[in-house]
Amino acid sequence: MTCLPTHTDKKLGLVIDLDTCVGCQACVTACKEWNTGGHMAPLTDIDPYGGHVDGVWFNRVHSYEHITEMGGRTVNFPRSCLHCEMPACVTVCPTGASYKRASDGIVLVDEDKCIGCKLCSWACPYGAREFDTDVGVMKKCTLCVDRIYNDNLAEQDRVPACVAACPTSARHFGDLGDPASAISLLVTERGGVDLMPEMGYHPTNKYLPPRAHTQRAASVPAKALEPVRAEGGFLGWVDRMLSN
Amino acid sequence: MHPAFSVVFFTTATGAGYGLLALLGVLGAAGLVSPDFWLGFVGMGLALGLISAGLLSSTGHLGRPERAWRAFSQWRSSWLSREGVASVATFIPAGLFGIGWVILGRLDSWVAAAGVLAAIGAIVTVCMTGMIYASLKPIAHWHSPYTLPGYLIFSAMSGSVLLNAVLQGFALGSNIFLAFSVPLVLLGWIWKLATWRYNDRLETATTANTATGLAGGTVRTLEWPHTEENYLLKEMGFRIARKHSAKLRRITQALAFALPILLLVAAFAFPWPLAAVLSALAAVAQFAGMLVERWLFFAEAKHTVTLYYGR
Repeated sequence: MTCLPTHTDKKLGLVIDLDTCVGCQACVTACKEWNTGGHMAPLTDIDPYGGHVDGVWFNRVHSYEHITEMGGRTVNFPRSCLHCEMPACVTVCPTGASYKRASDGIVLVDEDKCIGCKLCSWACPYGAREFDTDVGVMKKCTLCVDRIYNDNLAEQDRVPACVAACPTSARHFGDLGDPASAISLLVTERGGVDLMPEMGYHPTNKYLPPRAHTQRAASVPAKALEPVRAEGGFLGWVDRMLSN
Repeated sequence: MHPAFSVVFFTTATGAGYGLLALLGVLGAAGLVSPDFWLGFVGMGLALGLISAGLLSSTGHLGRPERAWRAFSQWRSSWLSREGVASVATFIPAGLFGIGWVILGRLDSWVAAAGVLAAIGAIVTVCMTGMIYASLKPIAHWHSPYTLPGYLIFSAMSGSVLLNAVLQGFALGSNIFLAFSVPLVLLGWIWKLATWRYNDRLETATTANTATGLAGGTVRTLEWPHTEENYLLKEMGFRIARKHSAKLRRITQALAFALPILLLVAAFAFPWPLAAVLSALAAVAQFAGMLVERWLFFAEAKHTVTLYYGR
């Protein structure tokens, strides 16, 4: 059913720290590795070793240069499904393949119902959905539903693959509907923001902006090297001999 | 947006077909046309043929067309589903109207009622098609007050030009029908020019800043996540060179609006059968012009995801 739930018990989602993300692509490959055998498998690659590589990925990391009056800086920007509270990708679906779960707010696609009309990908402003031309259906991030509730995994591993893989802890997972959760407190503390709030999709995932520039770095260059003057003594003699 | 031919043809053909169906239904119910076999056969055949061909073409856009029947289920939330339901529902009164006219040779009582219902169904279906595009917020060129009226105007316009061609073909044309078509084509032309003007001046609140959450300053793309074009860029990142866009807009105006108006005005002046030939040419030129118009409708529309790629 593509009508949205009026209320979700939880708002599971990610918080991504743009300050600490180093753009290593570990989350991208971990996501691909897990999900190509997971809930929405396979994440088809077309011509993977050829000249026109294409394929389905749920998570893509862009790099931007953000230039302000304080100077420029590189910002690595992971982009994946934001599991919006008002996901138009769900309501436009004509078949009921797309749905938002009332229990935890995760937006999923039932691959057996998808007719591959691609309208949901048009309705998503964030480019979260990617069409699998090989299977003929739309695919998207599942927030690793097959990990986070998976009793076969150790409890600390029950997080999305991208979160588990991040070497700089730039990715956080939790319930954003609970204001007392660690992830919600992090958003409050760091001033987490919505992407494209003007679209009115109310994304669940939040992005932590890079921290402000500081003046702690050395503001003057190191002292200039002193000019080399001729040495006397034994070392001076060695220097002269070797210089000849 | 990528202008897939299946969808370009679908919206153009069904637009013209539903326009013709609505006009035939109303004129038939009002007794303004006679229940002539060949007129009904050709007129209704053309209308339902265009609609069916368009709907079949639309399934060519699907990844899994064998599941297309599922698209009738989510009419409570989805304009695409509503369009599917409306298009199939319209076949019922349209079919009865066609049977009454062509097989039973009558346009009174229940046949007239079926004609009116078919006309209502046609208008509703075109509205649903327009809303599919008008409801998509990420595409500001479509999420505009011009989209839905545009679909209705172009449908009425191409339907009236087709109807005029059919009536002229049976030497049933009249200056009244011609006088009905010409202003509609003119209205279509004005609407398209106004739409282009609106789109060219469009400034949206969504920028690379709001897309990335990086406030202030400028956000410049350093590196894409991938080296080759992916689905997002192929489907939503379609770009058309500015010079081609200008040229195609001129072709649209010439074929879809200017030439049909000239030919229809000329049809006023010349006797049958020349008037019939001119009317048929007007319909053919306009259909070709509307295909170019619809191609541009997709090709010129910009999706917010392109902001992530610095486009």
